[in-house]
Amino acid sequence: MGILSFGDGGWGDEMLLGALMTISVAVASFAFGLVLGVGGASLKLSRLAPVRVLGDAYTTIIRGIPDLLIIYLLFFGGNGAVMSVARLFGYTQYIELNAFTVGVFALGVISGAYSTEVIRGAVLAVPTGQIEAAKAAGMNRLLIFRRIMVPQVARFALPGLGNVWQLTLKDTSLISVIGLVEIMRTASVASGSTREPFTFYLLAALLYMLLASFSNRGFNAAERWANRGVRRA
Amino acid sequence: MKIHNLALAVGAAVALAAGTAAAGDWSKIRIATEGAYAPWNFTDSSGKLVGFELDLAKDLCERMGSECEVVAQAWEGIIPALQAGKYDTIIAGMSITEKRMKVISFTECYAATPATFVVTKDSPSAGFKTDLEAINLAEVSGDEKTALDAIKQEFKGKTIGVQVATTHLNFLNEYLAGEVEIRSYDTQENLDLDLDAGRVDAALAAMSYWKPLLESDKGKNMVVVGPGLTGGPFGAGVGVGIRQDDKDLVAKFDEAIAAAKADGTISKLAVQWFGFDASCK
Amino acid sequence: MSIEFIQEVLPRLLGGLLLTLQIVPLSLVLGFALAVLVALMRLSPNLLLSGLAYGYVYVFRSTPLLVQIFLIYYGSGQFRSFFQEIGLWPVLREAYWCAIIALTLNTGAYTSEIIRGGIQSVPWGQIEAARACGMSRLLLFRRIIFPVAIRQALPAYGNEMILMVKSSSLASTITIMELLGVTRQIVSETFVVFPTFAMAGAIYLSINFGLTRGVQWLERRLSPDLYRPRETGDAIAH
Repeated sequence: MGILSFGDGGWGDEMLLGALMTISVAVASFAFGLVLGVGGASLKLSRLAPVRVLGDAYTTIIRGIPDLLIIYLLFFGGNGAVMSVARLFGYTQYIELNAFTVGVFALGVISGAYSTEVIRGAVLAVPTGQIEAAKAAGMNRLLIFRRIMVPQVARFALPGLGNVWQLTLKDTSLISVIGLVEIMRTASVASGSTREPFTFYLLAALLYMLLASFSNRGFNAAERWANRGVRRA
Repeated sequence: MKIHNLALAVGAAVALAAGTAAAGDWSKIRIATEGAYAPWNFTDSSGKLVGFELDLAKDLCERMGSECEVVAQAWEGIIPALQAGKYDTIIAGMSITEKRMKVISFTECYAATPATFVVTKDSPSAGFKTDLEAINLAEVSGDEKTALDAIKQEFKGKTIGVQVATTHLNFLNEYLAGEVEIRSYDTQENLDLDLDAGRVDAALAAMSYWKPLLESDKGKNMVVVGPGLTGGPFGAGVGVGIRQDDKDLVAKFDEAIAAAKADGTISKLAVQWFGFDASCK
Repeated sequence: MSIEFIQEVLPRLLGGLLLTLQIVPLSLVLGFALAVLVALMRLSPNLLLSGLAYGYVYVFRSTPLLVQIFLIYYGSGQFRSFFQEIGLWPVLREAYWCAIIALTLNTGAYTSEIIRGGIQSVPWGQIEAARACGMSRLLLFRRIIFPVAIRQALPAYGNEMILMVKSSSLASTITIMELLGVTRQIVSETFVVFPTFAMAGAIYLSINFGLTRGVQWLERRLSPDLYRPRETGDAIAH
């Protein structure tokens, strides 16, 4: 198994570094997606119809076109777009958008669309009676948000967000097509160099399974924690 | 305004902005290479970029007194990202062609190698030869025409693999479309895997790429067939790709390349990496 | 966007769409058949059968589709002589069939979970009642379990179909010139980035819009009694 050894002669250390890159991209994209998800859910739950349309357009478009297309578009066109926007504000320096930035942005936008739906569902799941009761008890909006909404929405949203995380983790493999050296890209380069594609793609699959099962445990633990004190039927 | 022009105009405007900021300086130059096109440029098992062009870039940068940073960039996006200003130059085995000259500038050529077909040793085309050993597509007369027809005849109905967005793909589209099935790959290495696996009947790429590969263990089942192809869609050798507005940078590189040619550095590096002198004369 | 550019590019995009519209239904049909089998295996009391089914579903749901495609396509090339011996090489040699196999196995895993959920949602009382009427196992499955399960599973399966339309674009990574493959080719030839991708995106969107509408119509047809405007579920299965 020389080709999988660590050090200059083997690809073991490169694959491990690739896995670290996969984790970094996944975590950053998921976090960015959560921010977009909160924003998207607020749009979709707005009392103003045009705002709701904006939120609907975001989730419909992103969930209706292939993730790979979004990644290619942002990779080939993102840089020019960002810089022409920057030029409108008089900023003419070059803005660096590397594969990591583009990847996190693209995956964040994608996972944000799914997070939007999850968070929106969780908000709607909070019984209106509780909010009415809180109002009757004289709580102001901020207090209602902090004491009533946030704890419950977080709990209701956890299982769904766990799914979004798994989706984002697997989607990171697509970033390999724009040259970010994560698990998939490393496996691809190693396959070409050693002529053993099966070995390396199998190893890549195992690494993804490992990451998926570890993070799944994490989410299960978080769910148990969030549901402590909730009576089970 | 037509959208073609609009896209180019945006690119040019952006490039201009980046260019003016650094004009007349170039103490730091950012170079893009692909990192998957051995021996021109590739990634070794320690993850380092190495190859003929990496050594050449180092030499040219020393001559220009510039500090250079080399980044790896997927081939498909290498021109758009240059236009967007992600880096200043492309040194990635890129042939100087008319099509590309419409969007970017090139320095003079530093290396040139013919394109050739490669098949596996057990292929029925393994012994294929034409009367001409080399065809220059810039001047096609009787003999060249016969040889091109022989190529058509040989590969009729077969599948030929080629890397996407290359001069080799342009050649196939121009000369063999309709006769053969053309399949384009994102990387040359994936194409090699499929040639090995028998999914394509032949592959077309630069001789400089094939020669070291065929001499190594990885290419022990492959063999070069047919004539070497140059000119026409293959362009005028390989040069450094630079944004059209950075004329000063083109001049700077031209000077360094001329010097490296004159003192034999490029020939020496070419022999070292390709096994033959592929430098431009 | 210039009219000439659209006129030049649209026929090529539609050519790619044709291939997409071949790959998706074929994988969906094959995947559905596989999924029914796998769901029944998972619900079987035989530990070996249910264990096998569980393992298959687990592996395919926890790895990216891109890895599955590359493993089947480039991975099989490493064992060419073996596959030649057992006569499978003519199939695995073709990128098209490798993509179909990967997409089928992938959707099969997700769909089997959807079907399993549907079957498990059939109220136990109905099954008992059917048995009491003397229905055979096959009749019970055909008349009671299957119709109820399908109705229950339809919204989730609608999402799975949309995901497959999107997933089929990954076939472009193994040289298949379906819609996204053609789009990338055009971009690399013309350097016209945004309009080309936008056109392709609009085509994907309209297919998926049509699919959503079709599924909604079918839902109403299958359970007119229960019909109320319903929200589409979360398409986050992949």
